[in-house]
Amino acid sequence: MRRVALRGLAGRKLRSLLTGLAIVLGVAMVSGSFVLTDTIGRSFDRIFDDSFENADVVVSAKEATSSSASRDAPAFPATVLDEVERLDAVAATLPSIEDEARLVGAQGELLAAVDSSLAFGVDGGRNDELNPLRLLEGEWPQGPGTVAIDAGSADGEGLGVGDSIGVVANGPVRDYRIAGIVQFGSSTSIGGLTIAVFDLATAQALFAKRDRLDAIQVAGVDGVASAELAAEIRPLLPETARVRTAAAQAEQQSKDTRSGLGFIQYVLLAFGGIALFVGSFVIANTLSITVTQRVRELATLRTIGASRRQVLWSVVLEGALIGLLASVVGLFVGLAIALALNELLAALGIELPSGGLVLAPRTVVVSVLIGTGIAVAASLRPALRATRVPPIAAVREGAVLPASRLARLGLPVALAVVGVAVALLAYGVFADGLATVARLLAIAGGTLLLFLGVALLAPRLVSPLAWLLGWPGARLGGVAARLARENAARNPGRTATTAAALMVGLALVTFVSILGQGLRTSFSESVSELFVADYSLNAGNDPLNRSAAGAAARAEGVEVVSAIRGDDAQALGERVHVNGVEPNVGEVLQLTWESGSDRVPAELGSAGAFVKDEYAEEHGLRIGSRLALRTPTGDVVPLRVAGVFAEPTGGSPFGEIAVSSARFDRSFTSRDSEFTFVNMRGGVTAANTAALERAVAAFPEATVETRDQFRDRQLSQLDAVLNALYALLALSVIVSLLGIVNTLVLSVFERTRELGMLRAIGMSRRQVRRMIRHESIVTALIGAALGIAVGVFLAALVTRTLSDQGIVFALPYVTLVVFVAVAIAAGVIAAILPARRASRLNVLQALQYE
Amino acid sequence: MHVETPPASANGPSGPPVRVAARDVTRRYGAGDTAVDALRGVSLAVEEGQLTAVMGPSGSGKSTLMHILAGLDRPSEGQVWIDSTEIGQLGDAELTALRRAHVGFIFQFFNLLPMLTAGENVSLPLELAGANGDRAWVDELIERVGLAARRDHRPSELSGGQQQRVAIARALVSRPTVVFADEPTGNLDSSTSAEILELLRHSVDAYGQTTVMVTHDANAAAVADRVLFLADGRIVREIGRCSARDVLAVLEEVSRG
Repeated sequence: MRRVALRGLAGRKLRSLLTGLAIVLGVAMVSGSFVLTDTIGRSFDRIFDDSFENADVVVSAKEATSSSASRDAPAFPATVLDEVERLDAVAATLPSIEDEARLVGAQGELLAAVDSSLAFGVDGGRNDELNPLRLLEGEWPQGPGTVAIDAGSADGEGLGVGDSIGVVANGPVRDYRIAGIVQFGSSTSIGGLTIAVFDLATAQALFAKRDRLDAIQVAGVDGVASAELAAEIRPLLPETARVRTAAAQAEQQSKDTRSGLGFIQYVLLAFGGIALFVGSFVIANTLSITVTQRVRELATLRTIGASRRQVLWSVVLEGALIGLLASVVGLFVGLAIALALNELLAALGIELPSGGLVLAPRTVVVSVLIGTGIAVAASLRPALRATRVPPIAAVREGAVLPASRLARLGLPVALAVVGVAVALLAYGVFADGLATVARLLAIAGGTLLLFLGVALLAPRLVSPLAWLLGWPGARLGGVAARLARENAARNPGRTATTAAALMVGLALVTFVSILGQGLRTSFSESVSELFVADYSLNAGNDPLNRSAAGAAARAEGVEVVSAIRGDDAQALGERVHVNGVEPNVGEVLQLTWESGSDRVPAELGSAGAFVKDEYAEEHGLRIGSRLALRTPTGDVVPLRVAGVFAEPTGGSPFGEIAVSSARFDRSFTSRDSEFTFVNMRGGVTAANTAALERAVAAFPEATVETRDQFRDRQLSQLDAVLNALYALLALSVIVSLLGIVNTLVLSVFERTRELGMLRAIGMSRRQVRRMIRHESIVTALIGAALGIAVGVFLAALVTRTLSDQGIVFALPYVTLVVFVAVAIAAGVIAAILPARRASRLNVLQALQYE
Repeated sequence: MHVETPPASANGPSGPPVRVAARDVTRRYGAGDTAVDALRGVSLAVEEGQLTAVMGPSGSGKSTLMHILAGLDRPSEGQVWIDSTEIGQLGDAELTALRRAHVGFIFQFFNLLPMLTAGENVSLPLELAGANGDRAWVDELIERVGLAARRDHRPSELSGGQQQRVAIARALVSRPTVVFADEPTGNLDSSTSAEILELLRHSVDAYGQTTVMVTHDANAAAVADRVLFLADGRIVREIGRCSARDVLAVLEEVSRG
């Protein structure tokens, strides 16, 4: 029986190939996600290991309010160094500053994003063995005007020792003489990162960290264990510093990176999962059609002694084999995808640390298990159908499969599944006080069940839908198209499953587009409501150094410059986002007050604060309420609520709490502004724009934007996210396309005789092709109709709950029309191969077939 | 309760044992006004080592009778025995076991598995039954049906007659109690038919293979030891071994009613 399954598979090459491909894509996505994130993760691990190669323990800065690592953590007092050095167990130390500084290229362009622009303040020649940086050429920088840069940047810009380079370090761009070329650890290039090294004192001055340090690498005397050393140092440290053994520090940093990668991994895996889910429809359908076409063969097997179980296993085995082979192929295609993504990221300038792809055993096991498992699960129903083939079908002409007991209960079962799905969705969406994970699980489970339920219901919808959606084609395409419409409806179960696979992809795409439209609308409305300034100064999405605001203020014609600072802190036992606003904020932002007035920002003083309406409600705050703010440096700031700000539904620049800029600057170490707004005499004019741009010319990261430019940039970022989601969902649509091809090929095979007859009575090849093409389009349109309906339903449900966050339910008609067009195009493409096969049938042979 | 047992032998206790028997078998399809009675009370006994042919005009119920005798279909009333086992009440698993041990099939359209070679088709019943297979016996059968040279060919590479030879070897491979042949020459030209009939006759003579053959081909019936004529769901005539011409004459007679 194994041989029957194996040989059967080999004998049905095309359908096995198409079915296998449906799995290959999903598995490739899964393995690709693992490989990519593992590769990135390992590269970072290597860097972290390098950075503490010779150190035993590391003292590093931390936020008083948080245990997690943060590059923005306030530096700790340099006196810690003296105390550490006094310990007998300490043999050598290397104090350093770690910050951000951006290198500027010859054309005035920034060489790397802010997160990839590392700055170090460290004295060369002092315990160099503890220094993660290695000097390749020249000297260590010494004095305010010198810098060392990484070899990658130097090579890229064609710069060498003695040349000059612009560096943006906590202020306007300044030229530095390159004293030396360095590399980090053993890697010449770490994923597009740039490095600027200053001597310690210069860095302390540049980054406003005088008498402060960000890190101390410590080597113990021989015979002292790292953990012991750490234990000795720990009592000496203030709240804003921590000590870890070098190994623990490397592990922690790697863990932090990996948790960020984990998110990317989950997202990619989710889309791989969706593609596999769609693939399971394709397998189930193909095997089911195959069983139908093999009724005679299966019955013969029964008559010569095959038991039901043997028949069952032969079909499951066939599914498992397709799944296994496809998974293995998918695993390697995934490697190729990871490689391609790596190249793509490199092309985009996000060069990842080099060092080969990582294929972890977990990747192999999960990919193969999931691909094979899905195939086996999808083969169960067709396999059960196969067991119901009665032996007598071996001798009966045109024997058909008896309907299953399940099929007789089809409608109630389908309705029950849909009912449970809707209940689960409603619970996930509307239930109060649900944890986010539980909510997401309920929604995801509900969505999955909804897809299954609609797929079960679909056979009943196929006939009317085929009639309706095939109407325009039938009007245009003549008799061939009319026959196509009938063909689509004559095997409702088959057409339904084929269409259902497409439905899944289209429903999710529709859902995303509606949600995106809602976000666009509410964000735009919010900008229109709040933004009353003439210009915004931005560094893209990154905070802008505050000195840029000072430079802007000196431009001719400037009337108001208002910078909004921001940082995280703790209040009422939670992490909150705190903003610092200047007294003139009301002139650049139109704030609406739930309580208080427009005078509130100007009258905040050193203890006043205004809070967001939602936050006020949650904590029962009103004017006069008191609360204490704990800042990252550990300071406690007592505050009094002076106003409650009614946030527009589309969001605002403000976090939970806003204080005066004066208060903020005293209590927080952040040197940046999250938003900077400018008003100028005469409003937005070309001359004003030019004047403002000139004024901030020394800040290459700064851009001047009008309100519309500000809004459009953010909307285009939203569009980029939506496009990425569309691209990931396109995978599922492609899988369902394979399903359509497969079903049509099998139907053509099945109707060989009928096609021969049609050709014999005068149907032309063109008409045959048109007939197949129209059937394909009708199937695709049924999928689109179901998908858009389900997508709209899901979006309506979800926008309902997000309505308090301003996400309105709005149908993006144009986009939906595009989706229908895509479905039609998919139908046309899917029909190419089957139509060609059908039109090339030899009439005589087709009539003699069987 | 009265337990009905099949007759031991049609020719009394001293004759050859009965391998297949039916008593008062009826088969009704559908219900109410549209009901069709395919069999209206058929009793018969097939003795070991005999080639029995069932003939009749189309619609006489001969196919239905064979399906019921072979356990592919169930009688509406009456009983059927294969090798003393009453098969009317058997479940699917027991019928599977019965087919493995006692029944071989030869079909009009050969029903070979297209993905297996001739040799693999022949040994398939043994493999399905989990038997390791008697290789010598498989080899002998393939030799005997004259396909030793074509053993590794797929059915699509064989002529109709060759395919039916494979099917005959497959039916014999499990040394079944009875082989049922359903119009074995129905899809073959006359010279090939003659070869196939000769082969069937040979399997009865050489191995003592009890065989029941449904046919409307008088030449086929002429190789049988015994010919049963069916009309309107009843056995209306039975003759011993005779010529094709005699068979045709009887058939014409019973067809006229």
